[in-house]
Amino acid sequence: MNLSKILKNGFLILVASLVLSACATQKKTGQLQGDVYTGTDSVEYLASGVPDRVFFATNQTVLTTASRDTLRKQATWLRKNSKISVVLEGHADERGTREYNLALGERRANSAKDYLMTYGISSDRISVLSYGKERPVDSGSNPLAWSKNRRSVTVKAN
Amino acid sequence: MLFRYLLLLLILLPIKSFALIEVDITRGNLSPLPIAVSPLSIDEKSRENFKKILKKENIGSEIAAVVENNLKQSGLFNPLNKDAFLQKPDIANLKPRFEDWNLIKAQALITGKVTLVDEKLRVEFRLWDVLAGKEMVALAFTTIPSNWRRVGHIISDKVYERLTGEKGYFDTRIIYVAEEGPKTKRIKKLAIMDQDGFNNKFLTLGNELVLTPRFNPTNQMVTYLSYFKNLPRVYLLDIETGMQEVVGDFAGMTFAPRFSPDGKKIIMSFAKDGNSDIYTMDLENRIVERITNHPSIDTSPSFSPDGKYICFNSDRSGYQQIYVMSSNGKNVKRISFGKGLYGTPVWSPRGDLIAFTKLHKGKFYIGVMRTDGTGERLLTENFYQEAPSWSPNGRVLIFYRETKTNSEGEGFSAKLWSIDLTGYNEKLVETETDASDPSWSSLLSN
Repeated sequence: MNLSKILKNGFLILVASLVLSACATQKKTGQLQGDVYTGTDSVEYLASGVPDRVFFATNQTVLTTASRDTLRKQATWLRKNSKISVVLEGHADERGTREYNLALGERRANSAKDYLMTYGISSDRISVLSYGKERPVDSGSNPLAWSKNRRSVTVKAN
Repeated sequence: MLFRYLLLLLILLPIKSFALIEVDITRGNLSPLPIAVSPLSIDEKSRENFKKILKKENIGSEIAAVVENNLKQSGLFNPLNKDAFLQKPDIANLKPRFEDWNLIKAQALITGKVTLVDEKLRVEFRLWDVLAGKEMVALAFTTIPSNWRRVGHIISDKVYERLTGEKGYFDTRIIYVAEEGPKTKRIKKLAIMDQDGFNNKFLTLGNELVLTPRFNPTNQMVTYLSYFKNLPRVYLLDIETGMQEVVGDFAGMTFAPRFSPDGKKIIMSFAKDGNSDIYTMDLENRIVERITNHPSIDTSPSFSPDGKYICFNSDRSGYQQIYVMSSNGKNVKRISFGKGLYGTPVWSPRGDLIAFTKLHKGKFYIGVMRTDGTGERLLTENFYQEAPSWSPNGRVLIFYRETKTNSEGEGFSAKLWSIDLTGYNEKLVETETDASDPSWSSLLSN
């Protein structure tokens, strides 16, 4: 009884310290979940509460839960502003060959496009443009910088 | 216009003899051949005239310097210091005193003579086997004076070919992307230069992003990717006239272009709805053909020199790997099975090897493998490097390398490098600006 209580408390303390240390590193290096960027450093807003970009894991094009949340906000905003068209700009980090990254950027932007379309935004209002690794937002050569650069950014076209 | 040089080539004494001295080309620069490049002799009147036309004190010495530099850069030759030469250029060209050249350990000797004939530059040169005391090659060229560097390159190619048994690669040019500005707002222009870095010219102004220029192996056309009007499309550029046109009418991004070996088709990727496949377009009848049809990314296609096969990059296995298929898209076969990711396959002009970029454990490698994927050899390792392009004789690879930035995100640079197929003789290729995406032309004269 006592022992298990001690163990349980000890466990809680351990968990708490892990959370704390995680917080500490997050503060220092920005935020990463796996290797997907979850911070707001480079993020701009299409409207209040509507972030303009979503982030991807290395070599991946699937949307994370957070990305889907962002895109649903974009879809809501686009439904309210039915005259606005957007360009989805797909990007890759610098750790890949140029041509493959162009294809990867195109695929990332299309992941975002497909999701907006399932939330009722017409494909006529969405165009896609891949920059591959040509337009990083962060010029760093480290995992955090690369995570910010793996992105699809929704840009107003009109 | 720019490049329409008329080079009148006339052969003085075509002699056929067995190579008595040989360069061991399988061992890179381990034992470069000692060679003496005598300044080409020039009479006083011609020297004065060329000085007026070309603003060069002694054009004979200048041409010899081009030859010497080419041979040295190849890593296969060791041009000897001129201070040690005992014989004057004019006398050496008539009949070398072989004992004198033997004394300074030269195994081969290049001599020559420059004259001004009817406003034209006339150059004769001879290659001598010092040990056997024999002439190996003797040729003469007549051309317009401004072509003097090309004469040096052609002489270099003749010497290289005679002594190695392989075609040279000196009378060639490199097209590349010149880069400037911060990493996040890079300005890129198409640029072209001689293989030795001279005669650099910018071909675009930098108003739009341009990437991956590649030469047509049969003429002076170039294909590349331009973001003109923010529509990334494959373009065709005639570098003689400056004329440009979009290749094909695609409703989406086209990229990763390359010419077929006969120069009649462009092979490239077309991306639509998140999927990239490979297409060809015939430049004569404009017929577009789809080559791959797969939900994965298929890109970076490159034809075999006989045009029968295509190597390309695909992530159909889950990650980037190299595949080979017949030119009609059938018989797709994965050939890269080593650890890591593989990209940018490019078929050697000799046909026997495929050069590639490999990413493994955070490092980038340039390597070669046989066309069935066996015999993988990594030539160089670095933080970031990619996009090898073959010299026309399949002997040297040129590629680009980027540096890691510091903690402030500063210190980025992109430079061209070359390396011998053996992995020896890795060299920085000097450019006026930062540079990437190099592509090697065919021999201009043949």
